[in-house]
Amino acid sequence: MKADAKNVLTGAHYLDGNHACAEGGIAAGCRFFAGYPITPSTEIAERISQRFPLVGGLFIQMEDELASMAAILGASWGGVKSMSCTSGPGFSLMMENFGLGIMTETPCVLVNVQRGGPSTGLPTLPGQADMMQARWGSHGDYEVIALAPDSPQESFELTIHAFNLSEKYRMPVLIMTDECVGHMTEKVVIPPPEEIELIARRYTEKKPDEALPFELTDDLISPMLPVGKGYKFHVTGLTHDERGYPVINAEAQEKNVVRLMDKVNKHADDIIWLEESDVEDAEVVIIAYGISSRVVKPAIARAQKEGIKVGEVKMVTVWPFPEKRVKELASKVKALIMVEMNYGQVFLEMDRIVGGKCATYLAGHAGGTVHKPDDVYRIIKEAVK
Amino acid sequence: MTVETRQPPKEEHPMEKLLRMDRIPHIWCSTCGLGTTVTALATALAQLELDLDKVAVVSGIGCTGRVAGYMKLDSFHTTHGRAIPFALGLHIARPDMKVIVLSGDGDLISIGGNHFIHTARRNVDITVICVNNFIYAMTGGQVAPTTPITARAATAPHGNFEHPFNLPILAASSGATYVARWTALHVRRLTEAIKDAITKPGFSFVEVIAPCSTLYARLNRLGSGLDLMKFYHDNSIIRHGADMNEVDIDFQSKIVVGKFVDIEKPTYLDCINDGYKRVFGNRYQPYGGANGDH
Ligand SMILES: Cc1ncc(C[n+]2csc(CCOP(=O)(O)OP(=O)(O)O)c2C)c(N)n1
Ligand code: SF4
Ligand SMILES: [Mg+2]
Repeated sequence: MKADAKNVLTGAHYLDGNHACAEGGIAAGCRFFAGYPITPSTEIAERISQRFPLVGGLFIQMEDELASMAAILGASWGGVKSMSCTSGPGFSLMMENFGLGIMTETPCVLVNVQRGGPSTGLPTLPGQADMMQARWGSHGDYEVIALAPDSPQESFELTIHAFNLSEKYRMPVLIMTDECVGHMTEKVVIPPPEEIELIARRYTEKKPDEALPFELTDDLISPMLPVGKGYKFHVTGLTHDERGYPVINAEAQEKNVVRLMDKVNKHADDIIWLEESDVEDAEVVIIAYGISSRVVKPAIARAQKEGIKVGEVKMVTVWPFPEKRVKELASKVKALIMVEMNYGQVFLEMDRIVGGKCATYLAGHAGGTVHKPDDVYRIIKEAVK
Repeated sequence: MTVETRQPPKEEHPMEKLLRMDRIPHIWCSTCGLGTTVTALATALAQLELDLDKVAVVSGIGCTGRVAGYMKLDSFHTTHGRAIPFALGLHIARPDMKVIVLSGDGDLISIGGNHFIHTARRNVDITVICVNNFIYAMTGGQVAPTTPITARAATAPHGNFEHPFNLPILAASSGATYVARWTALHVRRLTEAIKDAITKPGFSFVEVIAPCSTLYARLNRLGSGLDLMKFYHDNSIIRHGADMNEVDIDFQSKIVVGKFVDIEKPTYLDCINDGYKRVFGNRYQPYGGANGDH
């Protein structure tokens, strides 16, 4: 399926990451957006509210983020591609219904333009400290998909990709960007619509009396049932069976939770997206995501100039974590360095997977500004000592 | 000689079309007011002769929240307090469908109170039915924002001393186009009110005063559920168009019931579509959601 030709702003633009994200949503076919203003994410909602009336979409500024998240789930079940955006405090408020989206397997996209926390923290300055909240912020066991754009161009592209993943895996998908990317203005090239590949929602082909809303299929992804067509199906946030009926016992719980987790884990190779440079014969590898993956570049160049064999793995997807690849790297290199704007949220996951096979370093800080390349350079020097 | 026997035609249960019979028995206590409320909703839907494929029910969490699970409709059992915004999203995606929210007083008015007033303010074309049993039943009978003064609850063991909400005035002052209150024993009138509410464009609200036989009745020594249901019915005064300042509910006293509001007002989607049409003229295509063409 291709993008809807008349609503894609094909061409080169000068856009910030938030505006690019909004255009990505429109190109992906998002036609319902419910949100609540919060810095530094608001420009996404503002652009959507500007653009939607003429693309057949509906923007609504809800009373809060609890309502925003609930509304996009309802609209998605109604058959409309839906998204919302927020930042730290709003992300906290959305977590319960994010979990409802995971449990009811509802495609939608949620963008978190991260700022410094905790609490109100640094509304206007960047952070990457919601990464573990993205992973575990709602209660219960589950897996997530989270993408981290490093630029306005990627904000556009990854928003489309997030919609595709959400339809393919029938689940909410997170875009974990940050204030820096959100407010950085760069050239964004929007391709012609025929070059934008979209994944359409997969609906059941079965008749109403045969179809189940949570059918156990080989790939663990049940086709959805459409509303309004006589399927008369039930959807609940309670532990449920294939019919969607609540079943409150340990056996059903095991089945339900394991399937939700396997749905992501068994497709991890398809979901995980890494961009590697100079990793082949590297002694030390830097792992970073989002804006941090750009900030490390001058440090890497400087070290390489000195003959240090340092490579980079940029995580386009942060969750699911690239366990297999990190294990491989750990057995080859002297050290892995995680660079992130927090005090080790993804680092600890990396360290756990490395399991002592190589040295691990964290270049972390509490946010408010991106890393200084010098600080990263010093850690590279330390790691090769 | 020929013998003719005539068996009466095998009757399907009148509710079978609308209830998930494969989920019966339900979890509710006997003589709970939810039974007659669900009957009234099902009867209303049957009498309206709606295309039932195009009716969805959304509930939050609570004893009342379980209603969605028993209705043979597209049905969504969401999170505590969020049935209304979920329903708003569903309605916007499918304005061709009737979206009915059925949930409890705690769910809609306490944790979901903000959504209640804002969705009424916007006059979103959904129907909200609130089963008011004056208590948080599902969790064991804790105090609610509807508990009458002096009534006892699990977390108000000495009696409640906070002012409760008056739901009709809350709904009306927030912008609802239809507001009615009946007790669970006014089955016929309640059915008519639900029919009116579903038919009414805009945010329509029906409060159902219902006994919680197991918790509210017991904690307050009010006899059986049946006794309480009868008490509510017998102590209600029908006063259509009553001054809503005078429909507060005191502990075990008179309950004013009736239709309080029935007005015409453009709905949320009407306002949006008209507004953008004024701004953009023919460039604007009225928003119609997915309209079934997926
Ligand atoms: C966020 C959240 N908080 C608390 C609960 C626990 N809880 C479940 S039902 C309920 C109250 C229900 O009361 P009401 O809406 O009046 O429904 P009733 O059971 O009386 O029909 C509460 C507090 C919950 N499920 N979710
Ligand atoms: S606890 Fe109360 S409200 Fe819940 S089913 Fe029993 S009687 Fe009804
Ligand atoms: Mg209650």
